[in-house]
Amino acid sequence: MQEYLDIVREYDVLGAFWVNIQLAFWAALFSLVLGSILALFRISPIPSLQWAGSAYVTVFRNMPLTIIMVFMVLGAWGQLEFSLATDFDTNFFWLAVVGLTIYHAAFVCEAIRSGVNTVPVGQAEAARSIGLPFVAAARLVILPQAFRGAIAPLGNVLIALIKNTTVAAAASVATETSSVMRTMIEFRPDYIYAIFFTFAIGYVILVTPVGLLSTSLSRKLAVAR
Amino acid sequence: MRRTRITGAIALAATAALALAACSDDSGSGDTGGDTGGEAEGGDSVTIGIKYDQPGLGFMDGDTPTGFDVEVAKYVAGELGYSEDQIEWMESPSAQRETLLSTGQVDMIFATYSITDERREQVSFAGPYFVAGQDLLVAADNTDITGPDTLDGKNLCSVTGSTSAQRIKDEYSEGVNLLEQPGYAECVTALTSGQVDAVTTDDIILAGLGALPENAGQVKVVGNTFSEELYGVGIPQDSDQCEAINEAITKMVDDGAWQEALDAATEGTGYTPNADLNPPEYEPCDM
Amino acid sequence: MKVEKTVLFDAPGPRARRRILLGNIVGAIVVAGLAAVVLVRLGEQGQLEPSLWLNAVDADAWAYYYWPGFLATIRAAAVAIVGAMIFGLVFGVGRLSSRLLVRTVCGAVVEFFRAVPVLLMMVFFWLLFANAGLPSSSYWGVVVALILYNGSVVAELVRSGVHGLPSGQREAGLSIGLTRGQSLRSVEVPQALIAMLPALMSQLVVVLKDSALGAIISYPELLQSARRLGSGNSNILQTLTVAAVLFIVINWSLTKLAERLGRSLKRTSGRTGTTAAGAGVAAVGVSAAGGTDGDTGDAGDAGEGGSGGGDGT
Repeated sequence: MQEYLDIVREYDVLGAFWVNIQLAFWAALFSLVLGSILALFRISPIPSLQWAGSAYVTVFRNMPLTIIMVFMVLGAWGQLEFSLATDFDTNFFWLAVVGLTIYHAAFVCEAIRSGVNTVPVGQAEAARSIGLPFVAAARLVILPQAFRGAIAPLGNVLIALIKNTTVAAAASVATETSSVMRTMIEFRPDYIYAIFFTFAIGYVILVTPVGLLSTSLSRKLAVAR
Repeated sequence: MRRTRITGAIALAATAALALAACSDDSGSGDTGGDTGGEAEGGDSVTIGIKYDQPGLGFMDGDTPTGFDVEVAKYVAGELGYSEDQIEWMESPSAQRETLLSTGQVDMIFATYSITDERREQVSFAGPYFVAGQDLLVAADNTDITGPDTLDGKNLCSVTGSTSAQRIKDEYSEGVNLLEQPGYAECVTALTSGQVDAVTTDDIILAGLGALPENAGQVKVVGNTFSEELYGVGIPQDSDQCEAINEAITKMVDDGAWQEALDAATEGTGYTPNADLNPPEYEPCDM
Repeated sequence: MKVEKTVLFDAPGPRARRRILLGNIVGAIVVAGLAAVVLVRLGEQGQLEPSLWLNAVDADAWAYYYWPGFLATIRAAAVAIVGAMIFGLVFGVGRLSSRLLVRTVCGAVVEFFRAVPVLLMMVFFWLLFANAGLPSSSYWGVVVALILYNGSVVAELVRSGVHGLPSGQREAGLSIGLTRGQSLRSVEVPQALIAMLPALMSQLVVVLKDSALGAIISYPELLQSARRLGSGNSNILQTLTVAAVLFIVINWSLTKLAERLGRSLKRTSGRTGTTAAGAGVAAVGVSAAGGTDGDTGDAGDAGEGGSGGGDGT
């Protein structure tokens, strides 16, 4: 037992989780912004914006995250010399954040759109009848209700995002959990079960509160109709 | 009535999916070989494990394996009495080589397999048939990288989980920036676009990558090795073939086929293997 | 959705149309400019050489890399989705059991596997099988990880599907003398399954996409085969692009199929059932896909099915 704890300390398991938490935090923030913009595009009056929004969702929702991550490193950084920091580790961290954002924004967009669908038509009609133009109607009437209706699906996206931060391994982020777990098992195969359960329980601890919180929030904030 | 139809439909879908999986398993093992094939050796054939993704050494080009490892494997198999169409090739990724040997899924492995004491606990080795050394691959016009201690502040690429990049960071150039990629091909892509300054692994692997027509003239092997890797033929511990394999390798070196295969694999890179160590003396078999 | 579009804004007049046209032109120029910058940059790097692209799509590439890779992807995905359905049915029904112990154990198993990243499971099972000396360890690593994760998602679909049924279904079953378990098996679950079909199709998309994680543990599926092809010709960017397009086309077709299936199911249940039952089944589609209580985000498909159920209530 003591020996196993030493291994956990030696490979800095807590530090690995901290990397994934940071990845999840920034990617969640940015994909919420990008996803909201895309959702606005999709319900906007301008056909080209609708088209752009749905094209984005179609492409990135159907592409494996692994490929996006590899493209971030080999394409965006490797060929286009798109760099986010001079320091290597920081650079790949942020490239992974961008990759995660690009992918999950498509799901955020769909979640918000499903939230928009929960807003009865009467709300839009009322907003229009008091003279609000599109942007104001969306901002003041539709979106606030839509976000409340979208909390449960958004919570699901956040859960998926937290788990998907492990794919940052494909973007040369070698200090995150799945890479660290792999190294640990390769060097200490005698502890394979203990190592896996350490990481698995870590994710249960990270993910479960998000699920509970989003469920209770979505119940509490549900628009009574 | 309705229920039976539903259950029936689901059962049908399930069978169809399983059947599909089963069918494609048959057709798949022939051409993808590798991981999922897993058939045991036939009466008069030999199963040889090679790399499938290392151009110049072991590479599955369509359905034809090519490379230096493959040529040595074919020659040795020929000396052991197997013609080329009696050889069954199987992919042997680095992490699975010991398992493939100890479970009897392959008879021999020629896959840039360095002889180490740790591995000798699980498998036996014949050979070595080549002595490689860790080296650097750089852009053809690069002059300031001459060895592992000239990498401070430079960007270095290696594959995930390999110890070679870490060795440079620990022993030679502390200030090196490491990029980890799933394969060396990705590393070379980053090298030719100028985003990394050097790629590190065994010199012959680097030479094989540099010899690809698409890379020719763009990259070069530095030629200052800083480790010794003895590539052996992996065989199961209870194998009695070690002597025979060693004799075959000796014969291959003597009749010039060894040099020919090596030249073909590294053509155009200006690479010459460490002449003091190559061709290598084989080690006694009872180790 | 359709209704809202027309309600939220007036049909654009001549001035608005001119402004939209201008905006479109500006937008198109910006996008085209960005694309041009990217292309020029790639051209400077020599990545647009025709030979690199031709090598990525010639007959050999399809015959020896993409097609076997695609088959390997299907081989993993097909077994995984069937396994996930079986796992999901067993544990989904288990969570509805009247025995507390069964319910708790099934609940714990499902919640555990839903919370653990698929990649972690793949790496674990791969190394576990490899250390145990099993053949095809990376294949089984991919399949087992996909079954456990997607199976627990399906279990949730089964549970929410049964919960979404009108309670009259169960009451009717009990009143004709079925036990609780019999009513579940022969009345409720079959109905829930039908309503789940579109969500199951979406889950298949998730399985296909997640099978690409197998590349990280060197399972020779589509992405890994594309990598391998690119290693031999030094055109890895090009081959990965082809793989990405293939994934998008396959998954997009599956998504469309799922949507059509969902629509036709909704129509059928509307015709045959009473209106109440129809709405109930439609609502299952919503909660199943979107997840009312902490479902996977990957399905994230609530958008399409959502309109019917949401507006109705």
